[in-house]
Amino acid sequence: MALSFDIHTEQTLAQKIINLNWGLMALIFLIAAIGFVALYSAAAGHFEPWASKQIVRFAIFFVMMAGIALIDIRFWYKISYPLFGIGFILLVIVEFMGQIGMGAQRWINLGFIQIQPSELMKIATLMALARYFHTSTLEDMRRLSYLLVPALMVLLPVGLVLLQPNLGTAMIMMVNGATMLFIAGAPVWLYLLGLASLTALVPLVWHFYMHDYQKQRVLTFLNPESDPLGSGYHITQSKIALGSGGIDGRGFLQGTQSKLNFLPEKQTDFIFTLWAEEWGLLGGVFLLLLFGLVFLYCGWIAFRCRHAYGRFLVFGLMVNFSLYMFINVAMVMGLIPVVGIPLPLVSYGGTAMMACMIGFGLIMSASIHRDSKLAKF
Amino acid sequence: MDRDQARINTFSRRAFFVGGVQGILLTTLVGRLGWLQIAESQRYRMLAENNRINVKLVAPPRGLIVDRTGKLLAINDQNFRLVIIPEQTEKLDDTLRRLQKHIELTEKDVERLRKQAKKNTPFFPLEVRENLDWETVSRIEVNLPDLPGVAIDVGEVRSYPMAEATAHILGYVGAVSKGEENVDPLLRMPGFKIGKTGLEKTYDRELRGKAGTSEVEVNVVGREVRELRNTPAVTGKTLQLTIDAELQAFTQTRLLEQRSASAVIMDVRSGELYALASSPSFNPNEFAKGIPADLWEQLLADPGLPLNNKAVGGTYPPGSTFKLITALAALEAGIINEHTSTFCPGHYELGNARFHCWKRGGHGTVNLVRALAESCDTFFYKIAVDLGINRIADMAKRFGLAQKLDVELPEERVGLMPTTQWKKQTMKDIWHPGESIVCSIGQGYVQATPLQLAVMAARIVNGGYAVKPWLTGYIGDAPTHDQPWEKIGVKDKHLELVMKGMDHVVNYPGGTALGARITDEGMAMGGKTGTSQVKRITADERARGIKQEDLPWKFRHHGLFVGYAPVDNPRYVCAVVVEHGGGGSAVAAPIARDLLLQTQKLNPRSRGLRPVSQAKEPAASFPPRKPRKPAGEG
Repeated sequence: MALSFDIHTEQTLAQKIINLNWGLMALIFLIAAIGFVALYSAAAGHFEPWASKQIVRFAIFFVMMAGIALIDIRFWYKISYPLFGIGFILLVIVEFMGQIGMGAQRWINLGFIQIQPSELMKIATLMALARYFHTSTLEDMRRLSYLLVPALMVLLPVGLVLLQPNLGTAMIMMVNGATMLFIAGAPVWLYLLGLASLTALVPLVWHFYMHDYQKQRVLTFLNPESDPLGSGYHITQSKIALGSGGIDGRGFLQGTQSKLNFLPEKQTDFIFTLWAEEWGLLGGVFLLLLFGLVFLYCGWIAFRCRHAYGRFLVFGLMVNFSLYMFINVAMVMGLIPVVGIPLPLVSYGGTAMMACMIGFGLIMSASIHRDSKLAKF
Repeated sequence: MDRDQARINTFSRRAFFVGGVQGILLTTLVGRLGWLQIAESQRYRMLAENNRINVKLVAPPRGLIVDRTGKLLAINDQNFRLVIIPEQTEKLDDTLRRLQKHIELTEKDVERLRKQAKKNTPFFPLEVRENLDWETVSRIEVNLPDLPGVAIDVGEVRSYPMAEATAHILGYVGAVSKGEENVDPLLRMPGFKIGKTGLEKTYDRELRGKAGTSEVEVNVVGREVRELRNTPAVTGKTLQLTIDAELQAFTQTRLLEQRSASAVIMDVRSGELYALASSPSFNPNEFAKGIPADLWEQLLADPGLPLNNKAVGGTYPPGSTFKLITALAALEAGIINEHTSTFCPGHYELGNARFHCWKRGGHGTVNLVRALAESCDTFFYKIAVDLGINRIADMAKRFGLAQKLDVELPEERVGLMPTTQWKKQTMKDIWHPGESIVCSIGQGYVQATPLQLAVMAARIVNGGYAVKPWLTGYIGDAPTHDQPWEKIGVKDKHLELVMKGMDHVVNYPGGTALGARITDEGMAMGGKTGTSQVKRITADERARGIKQEDLPWKFRHHGLFVGYAPVDNPRYVCAVVVEHGGGGSAVAAPIARDLLLQTQKLNPRSRGLRPVSQAKEPAASFPPRKPRKPAGEG
């Protein structure tokens, strides 16, 4: 029995490639391709300046994703804590340089690419948490002292990100952490308590933490017509664009609302609006369904994993990915206030896409190596 | 294993719960999208039409051009344009048909508009007709309800109050041609005009100004609901010229009686141009309104070349005016001095060739002053052989001939001053001494513009400063010239000797321009006549004694004159070239006399050059380009 396990787990490279999740890759490619089409249209029917760069970037990251997928999950398991440590140090450095006054405190410039450490830290935190819960028992999960360490793993980076300040990312990291603890079996009463105290915190956060522009965003969300040229106006325009798309859309390159430059950041945060104006409800739902299929696919991978590390990691990464999508699409539809969160894989931009593709690489690595034996130490 | 199974069960339960939440969120999004795109679609589609924002460019008024006293030379008049916005018409063709009831529209116009409508975005206004008169404007305004998509747009049209008199200096504006488009979005505005020739072209960027923008919310029919924000356009800068409008008008009129002539009046010390005229001229106001084809043909066919600025772009053999240069070259080389004299029998022999003096019987014994005064050719033939062409060419270039003088007009030409090397390069041939002889009296290859002749004279009479001509004194409030001119490095006594010759040309018996002398107290002029051959005089013609008047116009001599005044304290120079007008002393000198006399009477130096915005303050220390006092001033 043990022998057959070993034969099954030690795959050759060719076997690994065959075992790659080709269906998931096809879904990812489809979503990214929709992004290319939308970016081409955003530039009024030109590859420059966005679509061409996005395609090149996607190609590079796609290869990177496959590379990550082919690396044994035991390697990722082993370096989970070190990665978390490195990510944490990077965040501290970024914060420190920001305080010296370098200006761009969210970015680290490596020359060829600018990295947002908070983006990578999200993944590193998920890995560290999965690593931690890999050895946990249900009894452990009921001990608050046992939960202190994972709580710190979440709260320390969140604190640093809040200092930047980057409310959107901090919130996503919090939800990521809460989800991980939840699926690992943390007691339900903790969540009820957390929800209650959060409600109490809102006024304090409003008063002492939020910036004027953030307050303004919330206020305009509540009454969009109050600010005809500001962010409320953008939401109104986004809704107009979506609405005027109708069921079958205005047609490729025909979106007048986006053509007339009503939409700010039409190539990044408002790319969904542009897509759904031109391709209508059919196009919009199609894109949302593609995302839904990705979530299902990832969920299925998580369930098939024979090791707890893989289950937790895959599920956590999937939730992280879905949060971006939910927040972005809800924002452009006017369901929540404006937050600068891109639509993963579709929006123009490098770091967000890189983080996504690293995540999918890890998910596929867990899938290929789902039968690997991970030592419990 | 039970423990593990319990963990997995917990994970499964809770993961399903999270998955369920995700499902609900996704359903919510799909529902919201459906709500927006189905139920609310009508409303939002209306809003999309109603609530459209147009960002319009606001064209800046073009900068004005004024003369040295502030008199307006180029202004902007109102221009009523009829435009049609295809998007706002129900059917473009229907609207055009209805429009035909009110204004004349040919099938060609209709076809052009149809084509343009296809090419451009539907909300792009197309120009149907411009420069509408009041009657048409009111007729269309009244009928606007019947003409959806039609609008009257008030623009500006460039206008030149002095019309023909300043046409060559100012140039004109016209629509942007294909190759000219650049990054400035203004240039893509329909109906936008840029400078095509003259100062309008040279200073187009300064005159153009900066576009403003206006963001307006417009409703279904395109009417502006409200302006959301705007940045005002920045008017182009005002150019203040060195030109004196009154003198310019006088000069242009004075040239009119000739079929083709040009003249330049310049300050000898500062280089300010007071008048620069080329005749015949054209009316640039006709261009602004779209020039009729037959008028254009007529302008092109006129042998007087009315579209060309001959004062800076016409090149002529300078004839005997060039003797001033030959004389200076010889003096500086030490080949002659004021006492050198030559016997002129009426011709000069070099080898087998015989070079004729213009005076058949000869001048007898002449020194330099007499040679200049009576324009004896033989005197200069002799020194030309000794000097060689290269030393003559060098002196000519120091006095501005065959040099780019950087006057602000794109039409400026350089002319030609041959050298032995030039001939070797262009004609692959060696230089013959006989050619030096021909060139020494400004014939042969030598070519100069009237502007260069004026500059040559100015540099001689201002004490040898390398003055350059300029037309624009101020761009906005910024003066254009503030550096003193450099010395050429020619001995003062040589310049004085040549000036003495120029004095004798006009004011002493025997001088070639004695008939054109100025007798008014203190206003006498000096100068030099020139007559340049267009067609070689054959021995046969010489023998038969063919008169100039018997030749067809285009074969007659050019008459030239360069002069300065007052003769004892030079302030102004004037160059006149009359194309095919005959002798310099007969046609060019009298014009120069009238121009220099009028110049001294108007005295443009005293009519200050200063920014219009400061017009009330006393003239500062302008002109700042002030070389030291030329020799001769007391």
